[in-house]
Amino acid sequence: MGVNLHQPGSVGEVNTRFVRLFGADTPLRLSSGASLGPIDVAYETYGVLSPEADNAVFICHALTGDAHAAGNHLDARRPGWWDNLIGPGKPLDTDRFFVVCANLLGGCQGTTGPASISPTTGAAYGLSFPLLQVSDLVEVHRALAKRLGIARLLAALGGSLGGMQVLQWGLSYPNEVDNALVIAASSRLTAQNIAFSAVARRAIMDDPDFAEGDYVAKATNPDTGLAIARMMAHITYLSEDALTEKFGRDQQPGTAATPGFGIDFAVESYLNHQGKVFLERFDALSYLYLSRVMDYFDPFAEPEALDQVKTNPLKWLIMSFDTDWRFGTEHSRRIVRRLEHAGQPVTFREISSPWGHDSFLLEVPAYHATLRTHLDRALAERRA
Amino acid sequence: MSLRPDLALLADLIPPRSRILDLGCGTGALLAELMTSAGCVGTGVEIDPESVLAAISLGVPVIELDIDSQLNDFADNSYDVVVLSRTIQTIRRPKQVLQQMSRIGDQLIVSVPNFGLWRHRLRLLRGRMPISRDLPHAWFDTPNLRFTTLVDLEDLFTAVGLRVERKIVLDSNGRVTRSGQRLANLLGASAVYVLGN
Repeated sequence: MGVNLHQPGSVGEVNTRFVRLFGADTPLRLSSGASLGPIDVAYETYGVLSPEADNAVFICHALTGDAHAAGNHLDARRPGWWDNLIGPGKPLDTDRFFVVCANLLGGCQGTTGPASISPTTGAAYGLSFPLLQVSDLVEVHRALAKRLGIARLLAALGGSLGGMQVLQWGLSYPNEVDNALVIAASSRLTAQNIAFSAVARRAIMDDPDFAEGDYVAKATNPDTGLAIARMMAHITYLSEDALTEKFGRDQQPGTAATPGFGIDFAVESYLNHQGKVFLERFDALSYLYLSRVMDYFDPFAEPEALDQVKTNPLKWLIMSFDTDWRFGTEHSRRIVRRLEHAGQPVTFREISSPWGHDSFLLEVPAYHATLRTHLDRALAERRA
Repeated sequence: MSLRPDLALLADLIPPRSRILDLGCGTGALLAELMTSAGCVGTGVEIDPESVLAAISLGVPVIELDIDSQLNDFADNSYDVVVLSRTIQTIRRPKQVLQQMSRIGDQLIVSVPNFGLWRHRLRLLRGRMPISRDLPHAWFDTPNLRFTTLVDLEDLFTAVGLRVERKIVLDSNGRVTRSGQRLANLLGASAVYVLGN
């Protein structure tokens, strides 16, 4: 099926670009104290940066996202992962906004991560890659924004781990972000959240093909473990009702009449497929590193966490979805309380949607209307 | 921007540069006006989806939460003024809400329709539930859950330790009436109270 480049509302054909933001001799100093360089970043942009550079919106992606948020790659069957939000006339209207999306530090879709080649050894970093924190991801985003000529973002926007980056960005550098839009995120994972991540990591690391993290050198891949991790995580991204509506207890077509231990139910086939396609685009070490980033994220634990924003308030939009059981409304309300107590102008909505955590990726009308209204206002205020 | 007359009256009662919590802020018109023209900051609370969007488009920070059960989210003494404008009659637990407001703010502003208006009393005498400009809904299709007269409401203020600093009584046309305190409960269609702890 050919890609229609003239689809209304689409940014059309796009390409991922690459830039070296930190060199081997000018490394990034990480929060842990370790240094990392070189750092290459894969990113895409949509729309045009205004001469005043006042219309830039930075998209922070979630755990397994990438830089390709909108439009079409020439060889791809599907548009970017947030194509329903970004494009001409869409809430993130590329006729007016300049949108940037970059693959995260520690990722595996063009930005430096644990599967990248270490300049000192000439082999993949593997488990010698340094542990990261959300603030490290933000530092790399900031370097990209600067490189693109953006001193102050109109908005930073992200869901899930993306929202955590936006929260950190706003707290640390309120002078560089006018509006922080934090969707279906958390300021502190619960024991249950960490427990799910722990099982996913265990599945990966106990796969013999993980090879102590040296699978790249050994030319293997922990396919079984990574697929299981994805299957389980995927369950947490959807609500029980969503799974029921999609699959119920439907039998997988073509299954033998007698029950067995194969893929008897449609939901099993779906998860199996999710696991399989994930292997084509994601790296097991990135999964370990980035899920760990989430586990340790706890910005409000720092006593001085809110000092910056108290003197330089920025506008916050926090949203949750009522059927999200990964980062449910209580996670968002905790963020709202902390910010509101620090005197921040904060807007909060709980959006009703049947689709659970994944709702932030979907075209839920009340959700998109809220983003559109907030972004329109943001641009008007910046230009007032 | 010109405010609705009842909101303009409230705006005049709020000192410049105040930090304001507006419970049941609707479209955020009051906060938007005070933020623009009086250097105030603040937060609105609203649950009606269309109103929330309207408030966002006016640049007013607005939090969707249940006034009856979730005011605990706001810290003690965190606002100069807490406003409850034509909302007390729609909430389930007015006493607890007033207590929360007095915990959160230094000064409270409460406006309320008066069930004790003479016209309402006449309708009741004729055996009919009151319907008027200030209470426009039929009994089976109304957001209003509580009906109070001004004197009953003032008893509640006293019971929760709130002192009436100012009381402005409005007639059926929304104009300030000069009637004495004794007649306010009969001639007032609505009233605005400024309350202190």
